Amino acid sequence: MALQSLDIARRSATTTEMPRARETTEVAKLIDVSACIGCKACQAACMEWNDIRPEVGNNVGIYDNPQDLDDKTWTLMRFTEVEEEGRLEWLIRKDGCMHCTDPGCLKACPSPGAIIQYSNGIVDFHQENCIGCGYCVTGCPFDIPRISKTDNKAYKCSLCSDRVAVGQAPACAKACPTGAIKFGAKEDMVHYAEARIDDLKERGYRNAGLYDPQGVGGTHVMYVLQHADKPALYAGLPQDPQISPAVALWKGVAKPLALLALGATAVGSLFHYVMKGPNEVSKELEEEMEKEDAQ
Amino acid sequence: MIRNPRDLQRYTASERANHWIVGICFILLALSGLAFFHPALFPLVNLFGGGTWARILHPWIGVVMALFFIIMFFRFACLNLMRGADWDWLSKVGKMVDGNDHDMPEQGKYNGGQKLLFWLLTLCMALIIGSGVVMWRSQFDFPVGLVRTAVVVHAAAAAFMIGLIFVHVYAAIWTRGTIRAMLYGTVTRAWAKQHHRGWYRQMTGKN
Repeated sequence: MALQSLDIARRSATTTEMPRARETTEVAKLIDVSACIGCKACQAACMEWNDIRPEVGNNVGIYDNPQDLDDKTWTLMRFTEVEEEGRLEWLIRKDGCMHCTDPGCLKACPSPGAIIQYSNGIVDFHQENCIGCGYCVTGCPFDIPRISKTDNKAYKCSLCSDRVAVGQAPACAKACPTGAIKFGAKEDMVHYAEARIDDLKERGYRNAGLYDPQGVGGTHVMYVLQHADKPALYAGLPQDPQISPAVALWKGVAKPLALLALGATAVGSLFHYVMKGPNEVSKELEEEMEKEDAQ
Repeated sequence: MIRNPRDLQRYTASERANHWIVGICFILLALSGLAFFHPALFPLVNLFGGGTWARILHPWIGVVMALFFIIMFFRFACLNLMRGADWDWLSKVGKMVDGNDHDMPEQGKYNGGQKLLFWLLTLCMALIIGSGVVMWRSQFDFPVGLVRTAVVVHAAAAAFMIGLIFVHVYAAIWTRGTIRAMLYGTVTRAWAKQHHRGWYRQMTGKN
């Protein structure tokens, strides 16, 4: 989207300041896993609003359907059965982009403006600028971006940035029948979550808590978890997600250092030539050969 | 330039063609690769028809370069085996760079610096080809952990290789009478006697 919206916080592969004249409220989606019944209304609403239709898959014996996120599946219920303290629990997590404050995808992206972070916290892919390299996949600590097999563009949840821009809640939050998905100012969502967590603790979930991982600066999609001490229980939600050190090095210090080293080599060569002069064949040898030729 | 029939043949036509195919591929790969590496250089993708085209073309050009580099490797590997005199030459390279080549040990067809460059370029190419395959998302699907390592290896090896090629090109410009060896194959006898005395003796039978 054009920078004219004046509410851009970050833009991929851009080293200068963004136009931020307009400050917007930081938003967040709060997913209360303890209130989710796994109806998949959110998945259906996402498909409908964004007008994307993943291929109909096959039943492989689990409830996850489709089995994984793809270019046309931007959110997915992941079902896990676990036994905690002698009780069988059915944990259902709505997976999708977490909209990190420090987005690894945006850091890794080489194409200016293909990934945008709005000042409200939403991280959006702009396919018009996407070149299809897949670097975003390496940057993401949550394994979210998917590259289409047909058009080679990257896709993921946009947190319905188009709806949010006109004051609407994301389609999934709108469709959720149990109120497990809430949307609003991040501050309000944190506050609301606290009440839910207190309630869960009263009901015996001693380790209930909010998932807003600080390794990526916090996220704009947060979970209320019954077992916040073990996020991995929820279909492998990372304990302490961070941008991979390899990606941080590659898209961090390596960039300016490598260019500086290459520039220094080029300029150094020129100055060597200017100061030392060329390495020429000696006059004596040339004369020697000329004499030989004359013989 | 008037060509002397007694000039010495340094490279055959097919060796030269091979070298320049690799060279052209290298330039195209460096320009498109640097575009993906640093935002300041991203406009270089326009030389290839835009970002998406640069992304599509880069690996295919890489395949061509890899093939011809491998052929070139087998052409020149034997001539580049490091020997005692080469390490001696390298230990004195500071003087050479300073402009004094009088104390340099006698060299065959290639000096220690050229040989070291050959092996470093080979190492870089091996790393770049291996990591490049892992990164080629439209063709392959490797685990993300492996791809993360590959992107760093690819960038580091490529940046180092571009630096090596700067040195390679500058050495050819600095040492007058060298570039013609790769353009039309011959060098003067005086050039050979000064820079590669051992090779000169081998080629002419003279001292």
